[in-house]
Amino acid sequence: MPITRDEVAHLARLSRLALGDDELDHFAAQLDVIISAVARVQEVAAEDIPATSHALPLTNVFRPDEVRPCLTADQALAGAPAAEGDRFRVPRILEEES
Amino acid sequence: MSVETLMPYDEALARYEPVLGIETHIELGTSSKMFCGCATAFGAEPNTQVCPVCLGLPGSLPVVNRAAIESTIKIGLALNCSIAEWCRFARKNYFYPDMPKNYQISQYDEPLCVEGHLDVEIEGDDGPEVHRIAIERVHMEEDTGKSLHVGGSTGRIHGADHSLVDYNRAGIPLVEIVTKPIEATGAKAPLVARAYATELRELMRALGVSDVRMEEGSMRCDVNVSLMPRGSSQWGTRTETKNVNSLRSVERSVLHEIERQAGILAGGGRIIQETRHFHEDTGSTTSGRSKEEAQDYRYFPEPDLVPVAPAGDWIEELRAGLPERPAARRARVKADWGLTDKELQDVVNAGALDLIEQTIAAGADPAAARKWWMNELSRRATALAVELAALPITAEQVARVQAMVTAGDLNDKLARQVFEGVLAGEGTPDEVAAARGLKIVSDDGALAGIIDQVIADNADAADKVRAGKVAAAGALVGAVMKATRGQADAGRARELILERLSG
Amino acid sequence: MSLTRMTAAELGELIASGETSAVEVAQAHLDRIAAVDGQVKAFLHVDPDTTLEQARGVDARRAAGEELGPLAGVPIAHKDVFTTKDMPTTAASKILEGWLPPYDATVTARLRAAGMVILGKTNMDEFAMGSSTENSAFGPSRNPWDLTRVPGGSSGGSSAAVAAYEAPLATGTDTGGSIRQPAAVTGLIGMKPTYGGSSRYGLIAFASSLDTPGPLARTVLDAALLQEAFSGHDPMDSTSIDEPVPSIVAAARNGDVAGLRVGVVREFDGEGYQPGVLARFREAVELLESLGAKVIEVSCPNFTYALPAYYLIAPSECSSNLARFDAMRYGLRVGDDGTRSAEEVMALTRAEGFGAEVKRRMMLGTYALSSGYYDAYYGKAQQVRTLIARDFDAAFEQVDVLVSPTTPTSAFELGERADDPVAMYLADLCTIPSNLAGNAAISVPCGLADEDGLPVGLQIMAPVLADDRVYRVGAAVESALADRWGGPLLAKAPEL
Repeated sequence: MPITRDEVAHLARLSRLALGDDELDHFAAQLDVIISAVARVQEVAAEDIPATSHALPLTNVFRPDEVRPCLTADQALAGAPAAEGDRFRVPRILEEES
Repeated sequence: MSVETLMPYDEALARYEPVLGIETHIELGTSSKMFCGCATAFGAEPNTQVCPVCLGLPGSLPVVNRAAIESTIKIGLALNCSIAEWCRFARKNYFYPDMPKNYQISQYDEPLCVEGHLDVEIEGDDGPEVHRIAIERVHMEEDTGKSLHVGGSTGRIHGADHSLVDYNRAGIPLVEIVTKPIEATGAKAPLVARAYATELRELMRALGVSDVRMEEGSMRCDVNVSLMPRGSSQWGTRTETKNVNSLRSVERSVLHEIERQAGILAGGGRIIQETRHFHEDTGSTTSGRSKEEAQDYRYFPEPDLVPVAPAGDWIEELRAGLPERPAARRARVKADWGLTDKELQDVVNAGALDLIEQTIAAGADPAAARKWWMNELSRRATALAVELAALPITAEQVARVQAMVTAGDLNDKLARQVFEGVLAGEGTPDEVAAARGLKIVSDDGALAGIIDQVIADNADAADKVRAGKVAAAGALVGAVMKATRGQADAGRARELILERLSG
Repeated sequence: MSLTRMTAAELGELIASGETSAVEVAQAHLDRIAAVDGQVKAFLHVDPDTTLEQARGVDARRAAGEELGPLAGVPIAHKDVFTTKDMPTTAASKILEGWLPPYDATVTARLRAAGMVILGKTNMDEFAMGSSTENSAFGPSRNPWDLTRVPGGSSGGSSAAVAAYEAPLATGTDTGGSIRQPAAVTGLIGMKPTYGGSSRYGLIAFASSLDTPGPLARTVLDAALLQEAFSGHDPMDSTSIDEPVPSIVAAARNGDVAGLRVGVVREFDGEGYQPGVLARFREAVELLESLGAKVIEVSCPNFTYALPAYYLIAPSECSSNLARFDAMRYGLRVGDDGTRSAEEVMALTRAEGFGAEVKRRMMLGTYALSSGYYDAYYGKAQQVRTLIARDFDAAFEQVDVLVSPTTPTSAFELGERADDPVAMYLADLCTIPSNLAGNAAISVPCGLADEDGLPVGLQIMAPVLADDRVYRVGAAVESALADRWGGPLLAKAPEL
């Protein structure tokens, strides 16, 4: 099932990438090839094979509830594209919080 | 915007049955954040409680706060949930400027606690009525930063020129408690919703896991409401009212949604599945983001965190350490202190239960302990606009004042002056009493001269007493108290006056 | 011998003995960088003042009588994916150009504490996605063996720097082969430690469950010394193993394979493998046999699914890991003209700030995690991961180590695979299984391919936490081949 340009446009939206029409076409062709190649994993049958999310079977790694030194506001904001009054200044937000 | 026609509540309930669902976010009161060592104090200067981890700087990694896990397990146990033997964190992926990583570390299909319940009581038509609220899940996640919307007229998101973000709150541990659908509450739905939120808040307080201050956002309710026509078993489309910030608002938002949805349905309209916002001033809700195009959060197991597998003995240790549940405690206190339902409710609402109990534990009798906290100290807390528990006085100090009253060293009026001094930072009750010279004068010698003067100044009253109208002695006692600025032992003064005038 | 030709171990001893200083050694390497990096383009950032200041600091610590480790005063080049608080860190992406982190990665911090002197930050494929450094936003690095060829990737700036004698040691990260493959194609040692054996804190994430910091070096001993210096439990990384580091330096000094059972992976052979690569690999296996190892052929049937599984898991994780680059808190911001919304600025910035390969993988990962596709792609890939770990377990029942070519071909020409992502992905065919299973694997040089005279790598894989075992075998191969060649393979590289 080839991946369509519309699907790629949807993926670009989900990935927050403003792609032009040329790029969408280009990526649609490439993603189609890649996705058919990686779809080989579906040859692995079996419900009974557990999924592995972590390379090693560690569990219960915690830290104690202790306060450690923070950055200063100046350090936190040093790399900010824009700041105002010790806050990060960002363009107006259209969407509401999830 | 079209004006919505609300259907009167009684009519709405006659035609529709409401189904509720409540998602509550509790900010845990841990010292440090969920995944890093930053402090969690409320109200700090912007971006001063941040580090590479909670700012989501490239390369940083989360490490789970053990206390947050313990608090979540305690909440799960207190809500009668089963605790997962093994569960993972998951990433919930969506972009938002106040979320530093553009994913939230949460839990998805493997919550730490599942399948519990909480019993809540409301005043029914025929006396108290208990509703069992089924709990679907309790899971952990992290809070987001806070945006200030600048420009435009209202400080709201719409019409703003730009926004300013403070990430101090980002990464504070949150527990989300999700109910199963709450059905068959009928006209009591708003009350049940409020009672649930109230009981949950009490439970969190009792567990000591959060300060649950709704006005500061450390407890936030999202209330789902849908209606189904009476006689139907098909649930309607639900709306989700976000961030309802007081117990009263929980009740009002449910009531409003019932009236609003009923109005739409009766007019042949369709309920849109959407997020709505509650407005305290009008008691109404307005539309937020439509959820018609379902978000695709692309959850997957968080690779930076390893699974949580709480050992049985750890869980049992936490279970053993659980405090008395609020409902059981209220029943005990009511019986022990001899309170009516109303009196108990007042104590609970005032947040005085712990304080009174501690005062009793420090030696005061229940009636006196309750009297001081519910009257004098509540009045002062109100005047200072702080919570009772935030007054600069301890339960032990209140008990000490009462002990001084019981011993006859203070009367109530003097006791109030001692409280005033303690709250003003003048020292312990004994130090205040000594420094201000507050002590009942019961020494006969000291009183004799004052009484003679009072009798001379109030000849009419004295004559009446001499004539056998003992009640008239009250005026003389009052005059003695006035002359001693309240420090006389009123009982002893009365005896002396009667003695003097009977001869 | 010139200071830049010495091994790290030799430099450490020389500095410790007082015969030279950290400053002199740093200066020699800075001079070498100034002389050759215009051709090699290994570095994204070099700052001689900062480097020399660090070197003076180490000399002062030594003068003050501080007890310092074997690498004190030895210079190092860091892949530009590790945060450094005194040098910019960009992951070779325009989206992070000029970013100065407020903190050091654990690897960086530990090596500073060990007295190592940072020469600069090395080039890489953007966000470590690639096998050639051609995906760097700042242009590719060159293979010192042949400047028209790639130095491998993603840690290609690190391999180029060490192979060109610009640095005695470099750090790299290996997510699907990104240390071993560049080491193989430049004639170096490249080690991917056991996952969790080296801290990821401060390593800009590509694929969190696979990323592993590791060393690139000219000798097996140097690699072990470097790995030992930054390894060990890190409470800042939840996936860090809280166990003692295997005694890898001792293993690197003791190249003994007598009686060792060596498994040759049957699946890594045949079509797609360059004949010259296979020839050198077979000779290396014969060499091991001649040194007393017992060679057995083993089958790991699911390894053939490793590549597709990897190209689902890594993109999925990267689609999430790279979401934070959104123009709000740090890095590039494009199109903020006062009218556009945050959402638009994010999308414009990301479109401009990320290169094509990064965008491709983010969209691929987004696809694999989407509702409706998750089970068929991401879910299946995670099952494959289980099967690969089981193949390793079964193989390690029979043998002590597994061997294969590190990469199917020697270094390819710049541009040769740039427009063919799938062909590029094949470079990682043999290295990916160890990332999926988390076990230790090393690449050591095993000769030059007949076709092109370019280096070939032998990959040695051992179980989780048996890092010492691959060092022991690597040291044996290194020493036997040095005897045969009359010196290290790298000595055969042309002078720059």
